Amino acid sequence: MTRKAHNGRSSMRVAIVAVAMFGFGYLLVPLYNVFCELTGLNGKTGRIDEAEVAARYQPDVSRTITVQFVANNNADMPWEFGPVVATMKVHPGQIYATAFTARNPTGHDMVGQAVPSVAPSKASRYFNKTECFCFNQQPLAAGEKKEMPLRFIIDPKLPADVATLTLAYTVFDVTQVAMN
Amino acid sequence: MSTATATHDDHHDHGPAKGLMRWVTTTNHKDIGTLYLLLALVNFFIGGAMAMVIRAELFQPGMQIVDPQFFNSMTTVHALVMIFGAVMPAFTGLANWLIPMMIGAPDMALPRLNNFSFWILPFAFTLLLSTFFMNGGGPAAGWTIYPPLVLQMGDGFPFMIFAIHLAGISSIMGSINVVVTILNMRAPGMTLMKMPLFVWTWLITAYLLIATMPVLAGAVTMLLTDKFAATSFFSAAGGGDPVMYQHIFWFFGHPEVYILILPAFGVVSAIVPTFARKPLFGYSSMVYATASIAFLSFIVWAHHMFTVGMPVVGELFFMYATMMIAVPTGVKVFNWVSTMWKGSMTFETPMLFAIGFIIMFTIGGFSGLMLAIAPSDFQYHDTYFVVAHFHYVLVTGAIYSIMAATYYWLPKWTGNMYDEKLGKMHFWLSTVSVNVLFFPQHFLGLAGMPRRIPDYAVQFADWNMISSIGGFVFGVSQLLFAYVVIKTIRGGEKATDQVWEGAHGLEWTLPSPPPYHTFTEAPQVK
Repeated sequence: MTRKAHNGRSSMRVAIVAVAMFGFGYLLVPLYNVFCELTGLNGKTGRIDEAEVAARYQPDVSRTITVQFVANNNADMPWEFGPVVATMKVHPGQIYATAFTARNPTGHDMVGQAVPSVAPSKASRYFNKTECFCFNQQPLAAGEKKEMPLRFIIDPKLPADVATLTLAYTVFDVTQVAMN
Repeated sequence: MSTATATHDDHHDHGPAKGLMRWVTTTNHKDIGTLYLLLALVNFFIGGAMAMVIRAELFQPGMQIVDPQFFNSMTTVHALVMIFGAVMPAFTGLANWLIPMMIGAPDMALPRLNNFSFWILPFAFTLLLSTFFMNGGGPAAGWTIYPPLVLQMGDGFPFMIFAIHLAGISSIMGSINVVVTILNMRAPGMTLMKMPLFVWTWLITAYLLIATMPVLAGAVTMLLTDKFAATSFFSAAGGGDPVMYQHIFWFFGHPEVYILILPAFGVVSAIVPTFARKPLFGYSSMVYATASIAFLSFIVWAHHMFTVGMPVVGELFFMYATMMIAVPTGVKVFNWVSTMWKGSMTFETPMLFAIGFIIMFTIGGFSGLMLAIAPSDFQYHDTYFVVAHFHYVLVTGAIYSIMAATYYWLPKWTGNMYDEKLGKMHFWLSTVSVNVLFFPQHFLGLAGMPRRIPDYAVQFADWNMISSIGGFVFGVSQLLFAYVVIKTIRGGEKATDQVWEGAHGLEWTLPSPPPYHTFTEAPQVK
């Protein structure tokens, strides 16, 4: 093999590594999500079908957990957004219902998307929702106010040292994205 | 350097083409090395001018000279220009000039690609700097371009992204060239473990570049599609996560800081033995230490983001992995010191810069260890302590090694000795002023002054003024460097072939300046 062909072959091999690493950069996205789901990092909460609840969880009335609700607006999001009650005392294994309210004070129709996060993050895998306004984008007409329901259940396997959970929602303006 | 072949009568040596087109079309490794080094010098002064604006604004508390948005774009573009435009091209320039001469090869393995990878760069930096004249101004979100802040940038946003793409493509092509050259083009007898350490460190650096530059390209492409193609990689509203950007960025970013320092280790490992007149102590341990640092650089990235809300287990892992890097780095520092031990040392300018490197890079390494301690990092994070740390490793580390290399090999490249008196003056002016510039920033950071802020509380006023004075003196001192380099290129006392009494290696067997084509017949290495 001539030196030129030899060099060409070697460079192709190295170039393939470079292209593969570009792909690896994108592969990090699903890897990151799987990792966060497995570990509960990032505070991402779970979703569960209400029909399955009875089969999976035994209510544990001996334990009382305080759940705090927090509402945030992302930058430039004008909605008046907040929880109906600030805290609830709950037992693991039982379904509870509460709600958040949102009002669109502007003169035009908008669409919002709420993104949840649970702290401490090690508790987030044990916080499951059967119904949540965060599952879908929420449209609000100009000046409209609405109460948005939330039903949740805490897994009785929640680590014993967790006595208080904070569920925070940040509401984003996704009007532009939803219109397209 | 265009007179390089005038005195040479070898009939194989047809010499360079004439005129400006020589530089545009050249495939000669020495020409391309020169182009890279000149581009780096120009960018060093562009980035340096931005640093002067930063230090002028911070000379006193309160808003003095520039508006905050412009100040932020100064810190951002200063970093981008210095990293991608000054340090990286300078090392690539050194690689082009030196690797073929050190391993006895006639040229780089892929000369046409070599030309292409250089000529992309002026376009990349024109694109980047052109954003200053666009609606919304230059990038101002910091060189790490974190979303969502960076997505608020004005019209210049895609230009900045494409500039990073181009600089990345250039580095990847340059690295492919370095790897293939080193693996395929060595002279007979030049086994891997006989290669000079500069060649070794560049081989490992090239692999780091090939593995991480594409990841950066992916991350900035995701930013681009988040902004213009309605993807939501980093937008929480669409199910993405801005923290994920930080993970992907620093997966590139931490190996990147070793890309900026490993070739410097190679330079210092060449210079210290020459002026200590002893062979390098612990050659093979140097090679293994370099490889270990490169490996560890891939598993420490999250120490840049200790405060994002990681679980304790993660903080501990990244803390211990980071501290582990001090072991191979310590091996290197002790090897350099052992090389000097009982040597017949002389202190010409290259040696001064190399010793300055060893001392001040180690100071930067120690502040790095402090930053690696996760619980203390919560106090240091995003303060001037971080700024002081990475300027010690990059200015008195990487840049000092590039200056040492310039003084060391410039007589070989040009055939002329530089002015030793001016060289020493440059060293002492730089070394005093750079410490006045950066050492007080440790105090500012520990006292809580945040980085990337155009104004500050009055309690920080004194050290900021002292730091700025050091900055202005350091900036002016570099004009002396440019003067010495230009003066040496234009003429001076003739250098011998070996140049330095204690210099060993294939490049010193060639005439000074070397003919346009060297080692067309491979030398025999014993």
